[in-house]
Amino acid sequence: MPRLANPSQFMKLSAALMPWCAAAAALFLGAGLYLALFVAPPDYQQGESVRIMYVHVPAAWLASLAYALMAGASAVGLIWRHPLAHVAAESAAPLGAGFTLICLVSGSLWGEPMWGTWWVWDARLTSVLVLFFLYLGFIALEHAFDDRSRGTRAAAILAVVGVINLPIIKFSVDWWNTLHQKESVFRLDGPTIAPSLLWPLLVMAVGFLFFFATLLLLRMRAALLEARLRALTFGNP
Amino acid sequence: MNAFAALVGRDLKLAFRQGGDWANVAAFFALAVILFPFGVGPEPELLARISAGVLWVAALLAALLSLERLFQSDWEDGSLEALVLMPLPLELQALAKCLAHWLATGLPLTVIAPLLALVLHFNSAGMVSLVLAMLLGTPVLSLIGAVGAALTLGARRGGVLLSLLVLPLYIPVLIFGVAASEAASMGFAARPHLLLLAALLLAALALAPWAAAAALRQAME
Repeated sequence: MPRLANPSQFMKLSAALMPWCAAAAALFLGAGLYLALFVAPPDYQQGESVRIMYVHVPAAWLASLAYALMAGASAVGLIWRHPLAHVAAESAAPLGAGFTLICLVSGSLWGEPMWGTWWVWDARLTSVLVLFFLYLGFIALEHAFDDRSRGTRAAAILAVVGVINLPIIKFSVDWWNTLHQKESVFRLDGPTIAPSLLWPLLVMAVGFLFFFATLLLLRMRAALLEARLRALTFGNP
Repeated sequence: MNAFAALVGRDLKLAFRQGGDWANVAAFFALAVILFPFGVGPEPELLARISAGVLWVAALLAALLSLERLFQSDWEDGSLEALVLMPLPLELQALAKCLAHWLATGLPLTVIAPLLALVLHFNSAGMVSLVLAMLLGTPVLSLIGAVGAALTLGARRGGVLLSLLVLPLYIPVLIFGVAASEAASMGFAARPHLLLLAALLLAALALAPWAAAAALRQAME
């Protein structure tokens, strides 16, 4: 970790890593899409629309993972003043917001044939909607100051506050309304989802993860290059 | 402790002498509530059904409206920099400011809430729990709001930004506040909801001053 604090070391390492991540993302997403669209059987109740799940569920996982990563990186940046941590947090935020939006839109597309409506005020949908606004708040705060470093630190504090609040919001929204089917993959007594549906889902999830890693590295590299460019242009150290 | 009380007293004096913020907040609260009968129609059953939700949403917005003043004027005239030099830890100062803010806004909201509840045909059986829920919930609004207000000090379009930051974090207070108020008016026990609100208050009391102080420090770096 400390060695990575040097941006040029990071640039070298990330340049070496990124093609592998991108290749893995293409491989897993391609295989996952093939499995999900052609190999996996249609659900006996949901029919072909179950295939929406192969995009929806990994997007939901990534949406939460990206927030955890963003908050973790923000905390590292605030505590140890690790220079790359803030870059990572700021690069992760729009990606997380994007995955959250994919999750919301695909969920709504799935809800139309299944529930007969585009939107239901159930607990998990509502929590994801709140998560989306937490992302928007982070991004807006980051860009709200003339002094960039001020926005970075303020947004980092907000991310840490948000991650403490997320479980409370989640719990209160669950309390408010429990209508949704119970979670069916992560359970102590083993997954209840059929293996023929589970495998494509896991392959897709790995593909999403590599896709996220590729974009994150790309955005971090772009942010570092941009900072270097700005320093050159304005003659700042 | 003296410094703490002095800070609360100073903020209260400023709040009551400078143009009566508390009156504006209370007037906004009343007006926002009174708009609803115009919007949804005057049927007593309908108004009674939505009254708890309307009261809480309006209270949230009224509290939000007053947050900007929490640190803004001190930050602009430089007294915040003098306050940082005080021997009193910044965390306690943030707590003192929240207390003063609550006394100047949350408490007036709690006092006029029963009147507005009557106007909305809120079931009088729930009145006591409505007031208790307001007493427990509105300090949380001030505490969470202080974090948002400190984070947005000096931001462009601070007011709009503040609502984007703070309103999602207010959702638990809204949910449990409405639940406590409605439960009693429908003849259920309000106690569990009130206890959850109290838990929220304790958590916010313990954590929010730290976050607000961290935000204030980075605002003045």
